[in-house]
Amino acid sequence: MTEPLSMDAVEPTAPPKSQWADVWAQFKAHRGAMIASALLAVIVAAVLIGPWLWGIDPTKLDIRAKDMRPIFTVLWDGDAKVGWNHPLGTDNLGRDLLARLLSGGQISLAVGMAAMVLSVVLGTLIGVLAGYFKFLDGILMRLTDLFLALPLLPLLLVAVLLFRDRLSATFGPEGGTFILIVTLVGVTSWMQTARIVRGDVLALKEREFILAARSIGTSPAKMITRHLLPNVMSPIMVSATLGIATAIITESALSFLGFGFPPDFPTWGKLLFDSVDRMELYPERVIWPGLMISLTVLSVNYVGDGLRDALDPRIRGR
Amino acid sequence: MLTYTIRRLILSVPTLLFISLVIYLLLELAPGDPMAQVPLTVPPEVKEKMREALGVGQPWYIAFPKWLYQFFVVEPMYLIDAIFGTTMTEGEQRVISWQTRSPVMDIVVQRLPQTLWVVGVAYVVAIAIALPIGIYSAYRQYSWFDNAGTFVTMVGFSVPPFFSGVVVIVVFSVWLGWFPSIYDTTHEVDDWDSFVKQLKQMVMPVMVLALQITSQLSRFMRASMLDNLNQDYVRTARAKGLGEKTVVMVHVLRNSLIPVVTVIAIGIPSIFGGAIITEQVFKVNGIGQLLITAIQANDLPMVQTLTFIFAVLIVLFNLIADILYGILDPRIRYD
Repeated sequence: MTEPLSMDAVEPTAPPKSQWADVWAQFKAHRGAMIASALLAVIVAAVLIGPWLWGIDPTKLDIRAKDMRPIFTVLWDGDAKVGWNHPLGTDNLGRDLLARLLSGGQISLAVGMAAMVLSVVLGTLIGVLAGYFKFLDGILMRLTDLFLALPLLPLLLVAVLLFRDRLSATFGPEGGTFILIVTLVGVTSWMQTARIVRGDVLALKEREFILAARSIGTSPAKMITRHLLPNVMSPIMVSATLGIATAIITESALSFLGFGFPPDFPTWGKLLFDSVDRMELYPERVIWPGLMISLTVLSVNYVGDGLRDALDPRIRGR
Repeated sequence: MLTYTIRRLILSVPTLLFISLVIYLLLELAPGDPMAQVPLTVPPEVKEKMREALGVGQPWYIAFPKWLYQFFVVEPMYLIDAIFGTTMTEGEQRVISWQTRSPVMDIVVQRLPQTLWVVGVAYVVAIAIALPIGIYSAYRQYSWFDNAGTFVTMVGFSVPPFFSGVVVIVVFSVWLGWFPSIYDTTHEVDDWDSFVKQLKQMVMPVMVLALQITSQLSRFMRASMLDNLNQDYVRTARAKGLGEKTVVMVHVLRNSLIPVVTVIAIGIPSIFGGAIITEQVFKVNGIGQLLITAIQANDLPMVQTLTFIFAVLIVLFNLIADILYGILDPRIRYD
């Protein structure tokens, strides 16, 4: 964005650093964010590669091996039914908990990512349009306020109930629910992004480089893609990160209330919900999926926190 | 200020009308039939009559204004009747639940105390914990207390209530056996023992809700204190020779509380929404649980009314927050 000025008198002592090198340096200084990114990378890798390494089919029933406890239960209870073939135990139908956690994580993360992309695209689009075109500002911001005033969780529940059967008929039970939940979460979480982006665009519009670009006859489309979007990237990235956390939580909340994916289709929230009835006997079946949700969201939040610090030029370099 | 308040109040009327219309039209798409549970032996023409009596099948431009009339005119009048013993609503149709065939508002009034007790206590507890934590974290920025506090609030932020609720049940109710895992709403407090029992069953839901609210509030309080601690007026106050306690607890705190108070006000309605999950975990039969069962049973008038009440709360508390901001901070003038 900014070219270093050429000054012959001053010898540069080091090669000029790019903006992203600065951002990375600042991000590295945030210890929590670094630990969180490592943790997040481990979780994502485990969920993506894990099912290949751990070859048990998560939907395979094995009644003889039902209700097995995690392997470490032996430490305090010698008689517990454990085995190395099911290190985290099995559920009441003998399905392997580790395999279910891994495949459930794929869906939870996929929902989180897809919903985040949808919400960020919507939020950026509305924010940029409202900030750049004055005649759209009023109506788009009223729309944003309206969405903020809607009681979202009840409406999400109602909407799931309304559209689940129809979409399931068209796209199959899994595909239909996936599309439904991603759309719903995306459509109900773009408002913060839109507000932040609009504010930034409004401020940017007053800057000289925008005036310069306009004076050479740049079209509005080029103006937005070449000059405005690159400059509002940092708030968008931060809200994208935090958006993953919201989406994962919302998906598991819906699953937990029984409005999520179909029964034999595990996501983390669904696994938790299915195990609540017997949690007094088998607390681990509740703890593991819950822990996975919490760890993922926690690390995503920490990464978002670190990114916010790293991308803020006022904090960077202090 | 007064004109601003009046203007905002008037503006919120079309907003709320529009929201209720949106909710209504969304529910209109619902596939359910309130007669689904009626036995098959009931002849179809009787069923048709029952449907008519419930107002099912009317076009939306008749049914929606009808609901509006019932909600905004009949129900408040009924309330006045109930208080003063008048008979204005004789023969008027109230909003009827399809599930129980009784007025929706009566059920809401029955369920409201449970929710208010648990949620209200949690909110008060959370404020009482969050403010001191926020103040001290900001005052000793980057100390071990601040770092620990940041971590705990991050955890409270990230752990969803349906997991923290389940964990406290496993720990305190299954392993330790201290508290009951299910909230008994029929329990009445009439002596010390029953009061202790009530306290015991409230501890866990309050803990779960308060953890969430505390994390949000204390982060906000800390940020607000940090903004103010570096201001010039703080240096002036110290230069005048005021004690550290006066500087922080009077000068800085009062200025930092302004945005925090508005955040507290805005957060109240979202607490009702968040309580849906907590109520489900601890089997509290409050408003949230009522909503879930109503959605599952396709009880459209109930869902419509409850969702609209939530919307009213959100709009109302946003308005209250804006007005409070203007009252507390004399630099802010809306007119």
